[in-house]
Amino acid sequence: MSNVFIAFQRNEETRSIVDAILADNPEAVVNMQPAMVRIDAPNTMVIRRSTVEEQMGRPFDLQELHVNLITLTGHIDETEDEFTLSWKH
Amino acid sequence: MDMKVKQKKLNLKDRYNLMTRDLDWEPSYQKKSDIFPYLAYEGIKIHDWSKFEDPFRLTMDAYWKYQAEKEKKLYAIIDAFNQNNGHLQVTDARYINALKLFLTGVSPLEYMAHRGFAHVGRQLGGAGPRVACLMQSLDEIRHSQTQIHSMSNYNKFYNGFQNFRHQHDRVWYLSVPKSFFDDAVTAGPFEFMVSIGFAFEYVLTNLLFVPFVSGAAYNGDMAAMAFGFSAQSDEARHMTLGLEMIKFILEQDPDNLPIVQRWIDKWFWRGYRVLTLVAMMMDYMLPKRVMSWKEAWETYAEQNGGALFADLARYGITVPAGWTQACKDKDHISHQAWATFYNYGAAAPFHTWTPSESEMEWLSAKYPDTFDKYYRPRFEHWAKEAAEGKRFYNTTLPMLCQTCQIPMVFTEPDDPTKIAYRESDYSGMKYHFCSDGCKGIFDHEPEKYIQAWMPVHQIYQGNCFTPEADPSAPDFNPLAEVLKWYRMEMGRDNLDFEGSQDQKNFKAWRDLATAN
Repeated sequence: MSNVFIAFQRNEETRSIVDAILADNPEAVVNMQPAMVRIDAPNTMVIRRSTVEEQMGRPFDLQELHVNLITLTGHIDETEDEFTLSWKH
Repeated sequence: MDMKVKQKKLNLKDRYNLMTRDLDWEPSYQKKSDIFPYLAYEGIKIHDWSKFEDPFRLTMDAYWKYQAEKEKKLYAIIDAFNQNNGHLQVTDARYINALKLFLTGVSPLEYMAHRGFAHVGRQLGGAGPRVACLMQSLDEIRHSQTQIHSMSNYNKFYNGFQNFRHQHDRVWYLSVPKSFFDDAVTAGPFEFMVSIGFAFEYVLTNLLFVPFVSGAAYNGDMAAMAFGFSAQSDEARHMTLGLEMIKFILEQDPDNLPIVQRWIDKWFWRGYRVLTLVAMMMDYMLPKRVMSWKEAWETYAEQNGGALFADLARYGITVPAGWTQACKDKDHISHQAWATFYNYGAAAPFHTWTPSESEMEWLSAKYPDTFDKYYRPRFEHWAKEAAEGKRFYNTTLPMLCQTCQIPMVFTEPDDPTKIAYRESDYSGMKYHFCSDGCKGIFDHEPEKYIQAWMPVHQIYQGNCFTPEADPSAPDFNPLAEVLKWYRMEMGRDNLDFEGSQDQKNFKAWRDLATAN
């Protein structure tokens, strides 16, 4: 088992995304660093459009993640509703 | 009665298919092998190109939209930083030397990556990877442009930025990153995808653009933060492309495994050697440090890279040949690299210094097993000599490793008091290497690496002087002539930070900025 992670620039928009990730991934751990925030989770992490929309209070297209994304690791599976990172081992 | 059917918006998968594979066509009057002439000679076997899919499913229309938004954000931050004299908000003008190294060493690589992906994107046999390579090619030229633009603000105030492109092709240590990319773009398309898509993006950019750029922000440099993070969000796609290519190649044919494994071994090692510069930037060039090189290596290489290799194990891929040594070296390389630049501080277009006492305390705490024992005494000795007016500058030229082109300064993996030397005989000549990794790479493709443009050899052969130089003149000074050829001004662009024009100007301007 390994961690997957995703990192964003630290700003108002990503605050909602981070909150949504924490709501949907109970094992996720947040790591704040200068100007960036990294979230680690064992094996898999899901970002749900509906949860991000609740946190932001506006419609959100998951491809908007590209705007504030810094980096990530793991296999990616993206649909309209979910963006999932996972390892397959 | 006609019913009006509400047109359903295409889902991500369908849109991706329409905008990539559906743009492809089967040639009717040309042979595929004539259209894609480079696909066969590396020995990689691909049976079905349609199996490749970009998991981001990004299409060109979405790409323009999000890239435009990223670009607007980035230039807004850069403009605000420049308008507000942001360069005076950095912790210390020593920091700016890291940017000089970045501008000469990294930005030209972004441009080479642009060229490489434009070429390979034309040569791959499937529409999916061609579209992904097109986006990456555009990303890379954007990175080189935004980096040059961000750092142009510093060029108005500080020395050493003015000839970065000229210097990239000439200055001795810049042959290290340059030769890395020259090696990659002269390989076949599949090797290029493994070298840059995998080794450079996964191994190198995460360590450069994440902890170092977070460190740049920590030191008050919002301009470098903006281009760094904006670039790395593209790199997340690039890493994915590299990884998907490796998986795709391995799934296509079992015969591909040994070829890919050899490339992974080679390019991990080559990428790791280039990272030496980043190790030194993090431990020695950030006045306010965010994490040590060792911690960054543990997070981004050992943990994340380790997860990646554990994942690729199901295809039969093993960790790269040099992995164990690289993990041992994390306690050493930044100190050995900074000591080398301190030595050769007269011949590099940026300033160097010995770490202050508080910086050495930080290094001792981060490197409890090595710093005090092996490296602190050397820096203390040099600091003492400098205080006595005898700042040490090495006036001889070092032997270089034929593969990575780094001076032979690295030590044996299990003995940090012994310099590592390896050699190979080829066609009646002896070639020298810094490590088993570099020797292994040479021995597999000697005809490629014997052609390396080795800066030290070229200087000794007299190929690094301006046309006006007269080596037979009685007062001929080779170092001064080489610096002229580099377009460096002696005493302004080089030597110790202490007493430099940059140091004095920064202090004077900052004093003006905080007083009436």
